[in-house]
Amino acid sequence: MSERFFPDSMPPPLADSTTLPWWEAAADHRLVVQRCTPCGHTRLPPAPICPECRSTESDWQEVSGRGRVYTYTAVHRPIAAGQELPFIIAVISLEDAGGLRIISNLVGTPPEAVTIDMPVELVWEDMSAELSIPRFRPVPTPPSDED
Amino acid sequence: MTGRKAHIVGVGETLYTRWGKIGDVTEHALACQAIGRAVEDAGLDLSDVDGLASFAEDRNEATFLAAELGLPSLRFANMVWLPGGGGGCAAVGNAAMAVETGQAEVVVVYRSLCQGQFFRFGAAGRDPTAPVDPAPPTVKPAGSLMLASMGFAMPYGLLMAAAAYALPTRRHMHLYGTTTEQLGMLAVTFREHASRNPRAVMGGRPMTLADHQASPMIADPHRLFDCCLESDGACAVVVTTEERARDLAKRPVEILASVQGAPKGYGFGPFTNANIADEIYATGGTEEMANRLWEKAGLGPSDVDVAEIYDHFTGCVLMQLEDYGFCKRGEGGPFIESGALAWRGGSLPTNTHGGSLSEAYIHGLNHVVEGVRALRGESTSPVEGAEVGLVTSGACVPSSAVLLGRR
Repeated sequence: MSERFFPDSMPPPLADSTTLPWWEAAADHRLVVQRCTPCGHTRLPPAPICPECRSTESDWQEVSGRGRVYTYTAVHRPIAAGQELPFIIAVISLEDAGGLRIISNLVGTPPEAVTIDMPVELVWEDMSAELSIPRFRPVPTPPSDED
Repeated sequence: MTGRKAHIVGVGETLYTRWGKIGDVTEHALACQAIGRAVEDAGLDLSDVDGLASFAEDRNEATFLAAELGLPSLRFANMVWLPGGGGGCAAVGNAAMAVETGQAEVVVVYRSLCQGQFFRFGAAGRDPTAPVDPAPPTVKPAGSLMLASMGFAMPYGLLMAAAAYALPTRRHMHLYGTTTEQLGMLAVTFREHASRNPRAVMGGRPMTLADHQASPMIADPHRLFDCCLESDGACAVVVTTEERARDLAKRPVEILASVQGAPKGYGFGPFTNANIADEIYATGGTEEMANRLWEKAGLGPSDVDVAEIYDHFTGCVLMQLEDYGFCKRGEGGPFIESGALAWRGGSLPTNTHGGSLSEAYIHGLNHVVEGVRALRGESTSPVEGAEVGLVTSGACVPSSAVLLGRR
């Protein structure tokens, strides 16, 4: 099991048959986006029809999980029992997902250190054997040559 | 059909209180009371009413209310799709369509909301002290399209509106240098307006910018005083035709234009959608709709004498001011700082009742009520000679607006 950042009492994902494959991929630690097979347009959350070409054919494209902070908020009120406060909700621009963003959390950083556009990387949190949630953390700064 | 142009002829409300203070009266009883008062204000009788409209998943169905109120015939019963507070002005616009097309003669738009009896929006319907399910966390079935969409927000703890709308506001601050003090000045201005309004829940609670800055952080940059109230109460407005409006009790207010909708790909807005187009992410999402409103009315932002802008959060007001063209994109902060929103001396007196930040949170239908009072000269923060009033509904979700004109 992975490092834990949030308690078991966090609200679980709710899914229908269109969105469930995304969560099944997450359980395998694969961050995917839905890609329209004919036109290549990517979309998230998953949806039955491509809003660009209206095709119903799609496949799943795995992405690296590298990205940048698009916007964020530090939340000071608990949503779940036993939660550490504040916690950070962020929108992440994914690097190789056709321009897509994802709502997630930033972990491993105090809110004061967060800036918009800062580079982040994916970290999986296994909430149980069946459920993994993608969170993000700052990319560690490589040691400077001048040090 | 001549003489059928829609007008608002009556407004009314119940007592407004802090959430949980109205525990002994049901929401639908409050709705009936507000509807009765609005009809009385118009100089009409409940027997004249043949249509009811609401929004925001109002729990008090028109079909039951029609029976309880003894309406002789229900000819129009309408519920808006736009989520939550986004639909208030759309309900008014739909009522206008009903009377203008001859489907009904007198339609009452109502909203009744007792957060204390159901759940507090601020707590997102969750109780962090409740016992934790001992079963291992897993994906659960979504009972609706909305919940499947929320599935991409909830596991991250994104359930509070204060956090959801902090996201575009934070980005606005990044792009344009908007400050918490500018947001605070907006809240202080609305509180000052509330100080003269006997209906305002926070009327007796003055606020300074220092008070705002000292209020607890909820979801950065939203402090407590950037967030709307959580209230119990109900209000209603009566819509009928120009012909019928002529000989009623109060000066009628014309619905000059109404619009509703959302831009491409907006979905539910930033609450569940991270992929709103970059150009409109740090906006209220209402610019395209605002342009339609001005075009329909043949008027522009400079023609507006008084504005009642949906204020669930201060940042959402600021972004709407830009969407509606009262200032340029990115200049909402300095616009607020200039004192533009003050009832006296401001270029755009805004939320003369105190808004959802200081009067009450009735999903913004109270903004329509105040827009009518402002043009009748009945506001407690009157704007002399006001002839054109803008009322907007919740932004950062699919939204709606009406432009009102004094007759």
